[in-house]
Amino acid sequence: MKYLHLVWAALFRRKTRTFLTLVSIIAAFLLFGLLDAVRASFEQAGQSANGAQRLQVGAKLSFIQALPSSLEAQIAQVPGVKDVTFANWFGGAYQDPHNQVFSFAVAPNYLDLYPEISVSGAEKKAFLATRSGALVGERLAQKFHWKVGDRIPMQSTIFPDREGNKNWTFDIVGILHSTDKKSGGFFDQMFLLNWKYFDDTTPYNQGQVGWYVTRVTDVKRTDAVAKAIDALSANSDHETRSQTEQAATANWLKQLADIGLIVSSIMGAVFFTLLLLAGNTMMQAVRERTSELAVMKTIGFSDVSMLAMVLAESVLLLLLGGVVGLGLATLLVPAIGAGSGGMLNLPTVGASSWALGAGLMVLFGVIVGAVPAASAMRLNIVDALRR
Amino acid sequence: MGSLIEIRDVSKLYLRGKQKVEVLHHIDLDIAEGDFLALMGPSGSGKTTLLNLIGGLDLPSAGSIVVGGQRIDQLGANALARWRASQVGFVFQFYNLMPTLSAQRNVELPLLLTKLSGVERRKRAAIALQLVGLADRATHKPTELSGGQQQRVSIARAIVSDPKLLVCDEPTGDLDRQSAEEVLTLLRALNRDHGKTILMVTHDPKAAEYANSTVELDKGTLVVREPA
Repeated sequence: MKYLHLVWAALFRRKTRTFLTLVSIIAAFLLFGLLDAVRASFEQAGQSANGAQRLQVGAKLSFIQALPSSLEAQIAQVPGVKDVTFANWFGGAYQDPHNQVFSFAVAPNYLDLYPEISVSGAEKKAFLATRSGALVGERLAQKFHWKVGDRIPMQSTIFPDREGNKNWTFDIVGILHSTDKKSGGFFDQMFLLNWKYFDDTTPYNQGQVGWYVTRVTDVKRTDAVAKAIDALSANSDHETRSQTEQAATANWLKQLADIGLIVSSIMGAVFFTLLLLAGNTMMQAVRERTSELAVMKTIGFSDVSMLAMVLAESVLLLLLGGVVGLGLATLLVPAIGAGSGGMLNLPTVGASSWALGAGLMVLFGVIVGAVPAASAMRLNIVDALRR
Repeated sequence: MGSLIEIRDVSKLYLRGKQKVEVLHHIDLDIAEGDFLALMGPSGSGKTTLLNLIGGLDLPSAGSIVVGGQRIDQLGANALARWRASQVGFVFQFYNLMPTLSAQRNVELPLLLTKLSGVERRKRAAIALQLVGLADRATHKPTELSGGQQQRVSIARAIVSDPKLLVCDEPTGDLDRQSAEEVLTLLRALNRDHGKTILMVTHDPKAAEYANSTVELDKGTLVVREPA
């Protein structure tokens, strides 16, 4: 600690250069914090106590392949299955194709399997009684200023009606509220329509189901129940894959994009550039004060203390920038979540992200400082003083 | 007084490419404790090399160097660093102060290698600065000081850990006459009043007049030794 002022003074010897390097480090660790939150968000997708009781049964080949509705009765007979429901992806967009809405055509009992979605009894009754009725998430309704009683147009990006028209009309009969804060972002954005209305209107479905959702009687028997369900359609043209809600969500997201790989690739490129930049800064910083380092060795500072001081300087540089960058990410993540109106439900930058970030800061500091520190350690006093 | 420094048959070889260059040839020299010795000679005569050997900054190719009873040519790098920290103070031609540190912090630098507390370090640095007449410049950075003042800070740094030996390489080489005289007067006072043994490399005969004795080197050989 008694050398701290020396390390600090050396670090800010060239203020502009250090400041610019710090800005780069801040930007890199800000990005790290944000992307790590995105990665964690995708990892946590589908994780909930209620979700653990649910199995999703989809086509084994691809999530876009439909399943026959006849499976519903068979699945209901599987030991360990408490309830079965089903849904289809509707692919709705409001007013503009860019305004994509998480819209699903669902069976009448769909909400029975999702206790974390709350809707009043009257509204639920109205939904079941109104053929073109729709239940919309709270935040979605706020976003488009919808209210109960509104009749709204909705374009399906996939399914036309029997006249080939993709513009559908729905009557909003209720608002969905999420009781689970963690998954609230998704449920608050949902748009549910009656599966019967959907199936009757589009010629493309013909009684098929996008996926089934089952609730099991015992979460410990989830694997056995999943195997039994999949055995129902083994060797058929509609083989199924049953998985927990978490696994299904992860697989679904993986078919869209490997978020982990994307995040790792981006961060790899960012950190590689950072290493070059900070490494160059440290090399320059040590090279231009060769005679000062030689004087310190002349006075009696040992080779090891020179090595330690230069390493401490580079670690301090990375820690300063990294802590500010990750701190900014910690502040920004909730703001981004709030700003997205719930569309992005990013988890806060937590202790594990901070621990990983701090580890990376120290590691990069050591890597960046290794060569200049070794140069300082090996510095020949007589040669250096002659320069 | 007995010898503080005993140099016996010291030679120093450097490799310049594939060629061996002998900078010092079989030097024998005794320097008494409390002496103020001027080391003179033309450029390339080996003055600074001899100073570096005595100060423990370099090792001889042959011969032995004993300082204060310690055979320093046999010490390893770390032991030599510890020895320098406690036994020698260095004064350079271009002061070599840390530009980012205040005068006080520069003077405190050698004390960081001791077990003294921060308070004690600051106290001793303040005394050293007072001794060189710069107590009122303690918070100034080197760039805010004149050349003469910077050299006095450098001398304060050299004496703050109270070494027996001061080695000064052209301490007035970069100073005007008046500043040079102030620095030389200070060195003479440190020698006379505080008993410091001083070894000073200089080109300047006027500077050498401040010393008690003079040694001349020419082409790596000790040629003249006369009382000042």
